[in-house]
Formats: sequence, C-alpha cells, structure tokens
Amino acid sequence: MDKKIKQLRLVLRNCGFIDPENIDEAIARDAYLSMGKVITEMHPAEAIKIVKESGLRGRGGGGFPTGLKWEFACNNKADRKYVVCNADEGDPGAFMDRSVLEGDPHSVIEAMAICAYCIGAGEGLIYIRAEYPLAIKRLKTAIAQAREYGLLGKNILGTGFSFDIELRYGAGAFVCGEETALIHSMEGLRGEPTVKPPFPAESGYHGKPTNVNNVETLACIPVIFSKGADWFSKIGTERSKGTKVFALAGKVNNVGLVEVPMGTSLREVIFEIGGGINNDRKFKAVQTGGPSGGCLTEEHLDTPIDFDNLIEAGSMMGSGGMIVMDEDDCMVSVAKFYLDFTVEESCGKCAPCRIGNKRLYELLDHICKGKGDMADLDRLRNMSEVIKDTALCGLGQTSPNPVLSTLDNFYDEYLAHVMDKKCPAGQCRGLMEFFIIEENCVGCTACARVCPVNAIAGERKEPHKINKGICIKCGACMEKCKFDAIIIQ
Amino acid sequence: MSSIKIELRKQDIEKIREIAASFGNDEQELINVLHKCQEHFGYLPAEVQEVISEALQVPLAKIYGVVTFYSFFTMTPKGQNPVSICMGTACYVRGAEKVLEEFKKELEIEVGQTTDDGRFSLSSLRCVGACGLAPVVMVGDKTYGRVAPDDVKDILKEYS
Ligand SMILES: Cc1cc2nc3c(=O)[nH]c(=O)nc-3n(C[C@H](O)[C@H](O)[C@H](O)COP(=O)(O)O)c2cc1C
Ligand code: SF4
Ligand code: SF4
Ligand code: FES
Repeated sequence: MDKKIKQLRLVLRNCGFIDPENIDEAIARDAYLSMGKVITEMHPAEAIKIVKESGLRGRGGGGFPTGLKWEFACNNKADRKYVVCNADEGDPGAFMDRSVLEGDPHSVIEAMAICAYCIGAGEGLIYIRAEYPLAIKRLKTAIAQAREYGLLGKNILGTGFSFDIELRYGAGAFVCGEETALIHSMEGLRGEPTVKPPFPAESGYHGKPTNVNNVETLACIPVIFSKGADWFSKIGTERSKGTKVFALAGKVNNVGLVEVPMGTSLREVIFEIGGGINNDRKFKAVQTGGPSGGCLTEEHLDTPIDFDNLIEAGSMMGSGGMIVMDEDDCMVSVAKFYLDFTVEESCGKCAPCRIGNKRLYELLDHICKGKGDMADLDRLRNMSEVIKDTALCGLGQTSPNPVLSTLDNFYDEYLAHVMDKKCPAGQCRGLMEFFIIEENCVGCTACARVCPVNAIAGERKEPHKINKGICIKCGACMEKCKFDAIIIQ
Repeated sequence: MSSIKIELRKQDIEKIREIAASFGNDEQELINVLHKCQEHFGYLPAEVQEVISEALQVPLAKIYGVVTFYSFFTMTPKGQNPVSICMGTACYVRGAEKVLEEFKKELEIEVGQTTDDGRFSLSSLRCVGACGLAPVVMVGDKTYGRVAPDDVKDILKEYS
C-alpha cells in the first residue's frame, strides 16, 4: 500500500526537501514570498481578513480561530506589541512542532513576520524547550540568515516595517505551554498561569498586547497567502480547515509523523497509513490530545477527525499526539499514567488541580492494586467533574479527561478491577496471582528460600505451592526460579 | 536547600558574575542565566544561586522558587553517565516502566539519585521525539531504542 496516498503535506511541505540550514533552498521553494506580498501590497486589515477567511484554527490545542485572535491583538492599541511562537510542545509522545522547526524553520519565521505586520508588533519571541537542542540551533541559524538577507531587522524590503526575533528557553515544565504561564516564564518567573481575562491579546508580555500562536498554526500561514484563503478552506471539514499533523505512535506498524486533511477518519490513519496493529493484535483504543484528551474505541474509528468531532466523542485534538493501544493495554493503568503526569506537572497554584488530581491518582492506584470498590468509581467521576469545573487553567480543566473517557468507554474494565479483582489486560500486578506449574517445578526450593513472607511450601524435590493468602506478589520467587515454573496470571 | 556544602572557587564566582553580566544583570533574564550556569557547572547548588542572587539583585528565595519549579534545573550533581528513561506515552505503552524498574534495581538508586561512586544517575524524561524507537533510553548523548529489560545489564556494561 502506498503510504502517501491519504496524506497531504502542507505544514510539512518543505521538511526533508530542503537543507534547513540554507536559506537559499528555502527561498527556492517560495519562502518569504508571502511575507513580501503581504508587507508590500496589503493593508494589515486586508491580510487579517484573508486569515479569517481561510478558517484556520489554532493547532496548539484550543482550536481558536487564528484570524480573530490577530484581529484582537491588532485592535488593542499600545506603543509595543509582541508576537510569540509557542514551541514548548509538552505533550509526551508528540513531536510535530519539533519536526517543523528542525526541517523548515523559515516558514515559522516568515509567518511570525506576517503576524507582526498585521497586528503592529516590532518584536517576536520563540519560546522553545531546552530539550530540543537541534531545533534551537537551526532556528538560530535561520534567524541569522534571514537578518543577513534583510528579511528580518530594520526596514524590511524597504517598506519601513521592522521586525526581529529572539529565542527564549523553557526548562521542562508542561504547564509553560499554557499561554499565560509561558509569558510569565519568559519574564523570568515561575511558569504559573493567571486567570484569563485579561487575554494575552490585551495584556501579555510586559503587560503589552501579545499574540501567541503554535508552531504548526504559524507554518500554515505562508501557504494561505501563497495559495489563497479559498484554496485552504476547501481542505478539511465544515468547521476545521486545512490539515493536521499527528505523531502516530504506540502499537501500530508504521509509527511517525502523519499529515492528513481534517476530516480523515481515525481508521484511515491507524489502519491505512499506520498499517494496522503490531503483531496482529486486536485494536483496543486510540488516545488523542495527550494528558488533556481521552481514549476512543472501535466505535469511533469512522469519526472524521476534526476539532468538534473529537470533543463530542469525549477526547480532543490537542496538539496531535495519537497513541494506539491494543488488547494488552489496561485502560485503568493508562488513565493512571496520565494522572501521574498531571500530578507531576501541576504548577500547584490552585487547589482543585494540586490536591484533586493527586486524589484521583490515588484512587486509580487503589483500583489497580485490587483495593477498589464500587463507591470508588463514583468518587472518580464526581471528583473529575469538580476538578474540571473549578481548576484555574487549561491543565486542570482537562486533566480528568483521561479518567472520564475511560470510565465512559471502558466501564467494564473498571468493573472487572473492582468487582472481580481482575485485570483483563493482565497489566496490574496487584490483581494477579503467582502460580507454580507443577510439571515444571523440580523442587529446588530456591523460591521458598527467597520468599520474604514464607508463602511457599513444599518438600525438597517435590513440586512447591504458593499460599495465595500470604503471598504479597513481590515477584522474587519468579525471578529466582531457573525452570520457568512460576507464572503470573 | 541542599545538604552538601560546597565551596566555590574564586574563578567560579567570577564565571557566574560574567554570565549574569552577559545578560545585562537583568532580573528578567534569570532563566537564561540559570541555563548558562547549569551548562557550566552541571547543576545549580545553593552556593551558585547565592551569587546569582547578588548579581541580579533578586532575592535568593525567588531564585530557589524558579530552580525548583522547572524540572530541567537540578540542585544535585548528575553522574558521569546520566541515564534517562523516556516515560512519554509512546514509550510507556511499549513497556518503559519495566525498563525503568530494571535500571533502578541494577543501579540500586531511585529516579533523581546518583550512585555513591558518582558514575551513574537516573532520571526519567518525557518524550525525546524518537517515539518510533520506543521504549527509548539515553545515556549521556547516546540513544538506545527498543530497549527491553533484558538489555539493561548490557547497556550499563558499556560504561563500566
Ligand atoms: C496545560 C497546557 C499546555 C499547553 N501546551 C501547549 C504547547 O505545548 N504548545 C502549544 O502550542 N500550545 C499549548 N497550549 C495551548 C496554548 O495555551 C495556546 O492556546 C496556544 O499556544 C495558542 O496558539 P494557537 O492558537 O496557534 O493554537 C497549552 C495549553 C495548556 C492549558
Ligand atoms: S489548574 Fe493546575 S496547572 Fe493550572 S493553575 Fe491550577 S494548579 Fe496550576
Ligand atoms: S511472589 Fe513473593 S511473596 Fe509471593 S510467593 Fe513469590 S516470593 Fe513469596
Ligand atoms: S514517548 Fe518516548 S520518545 Fe516519544
């Protein structure tokens, strides 16, 4: 099967086709052409109108209409304004933005300049994770080359428009991807979010109007101006235009970046482009939206992917992580995994997120250890609703989604954990039992000697037996046994 | 703060001041200053923070607040061979947890600690962008892909 059939490279148009450290190659593929057109021929209001007409929505997670955002920033008068590119990419298991920055940095620089012209900003900042050294290096090179060619700096192309870009580094805090936290971090502070409004478009960096856009959002901008808003808005669905890049990972045969028109179904992405599930296992779930998203099932496979459909299905687009899971994955453990992430990344400013998520995590842990009961399932749901409604920022407001979506879509699995004390996927150790297979056991006594609670009995050279009531499931015996006689079930 | 007391040499203090000055001793550049200092010293002990505090005229408590907020900054020295296990989602579903357990057992340390002989330290990170190779382990700058718990001993052996 041709992997390329269903894909459309728009954001990734230049990645792999140009030497990202050579501006001439980018220019040969039309880099800065759109910027030239906008700043020499168009009035800012005209250009903003084109972005609005294209229907482009933010790729950083929220899906806010980009043209509208620019218009707000444009209308807020101030002596200084800023354009910020959000390259913090914190969703674990996603690397779309990194690929764009490493493969085609000029598209982002060009788009920032167009944005600056539209909203009346003179300075741009790229907030990038320190964990992306290659992307940082390529951006630095690209910025220097653009300056040299007079595409950044004072009086660009003799138009009187001046704009330059600086880099700011993140330091490993997921919450700094949230725009208000990001701005505080750029100011040298702890990256804690603040209540919106005021939105950055009113009061952002240094209290000035600031437009924050995601890398992938920006990478769409030059194409919109070169091919036209009309062309762009023909791609995609009714309310989500253009393409979306996904980082396909997990239990699929072909992992990696995938760019498809909005409206492509999950089935096409996972089974046609992704080549189906590894080792001929059965598909179980697909997680989108990272720690803010949810797990979708078989019945959602034919849903056309767009912002609104994913939310309706109980997940969200997020930044584009797409993790495929098979029958060996325990959905309660997956929910726990995401909560573990949230607990660690919560900035701690507001109580629902700081304390509530910790409690959610503990409940899930409890259930995975076989100590949960039915009341815990109600507690999970209630607590999730409260956190969603009361947390200060987007992190807390979405953190219960992995729990809610697995409760909705995999309720049977939760039931199996709390009622039957079984983990159907065989992942939760606390719910499993250690057994000695009589035929394999030679009665060497190695297991009995190592067991810390003396749960193993048996005569020398006779098959041994584990007393389930005493066993604490430490696994020591299994490791010691040289005859593969001990298994977990 | 950290329990280990260290004594900064004169040239260390000068180096920190130099870094701070290169950012115009501007308090807003605190995170950049911390990045540069960590690059130089490998970590950010209290003593280094004190010098930064003086140079930027920022209270030490605030610097401590920033250092501890961001996971990239550390107040304990890393081992000669820092081992990082990716615990991003792609790696997690492909069994990173078991690999991490194996490293903990082999090195007899927890995440965030350094072995007594200073040779290895253990940390977990979130997605290094090599999800196709999951589960991924990094030792220093070297990346190991598709690591199984059984590979752990061999990986460590390369550094002994
Ligand atoms: C907890 C949290 C983390 C976020 N992380 C990112 C991120 O890593 N990258 C990003 O572009 N946007 C992230 N966002 C969304 C930003 O707040 C913001 O909406 C976005 O950068 C706006 O750009 P866009 O309109 O182009 O999407 C995050 C939001 C929240 C609440
Ligand atoms: S919701 Fe969580 S991350 Fe957001 S402000 Fe509250 S504590 Fe911080
Ligand atoms: S798992 Fe641990 S406690 Fe249970 S029988 Fe084996 S050694 Fe004993
Ligand atoms: S999740 Fe481990 S490399 Fe991406």
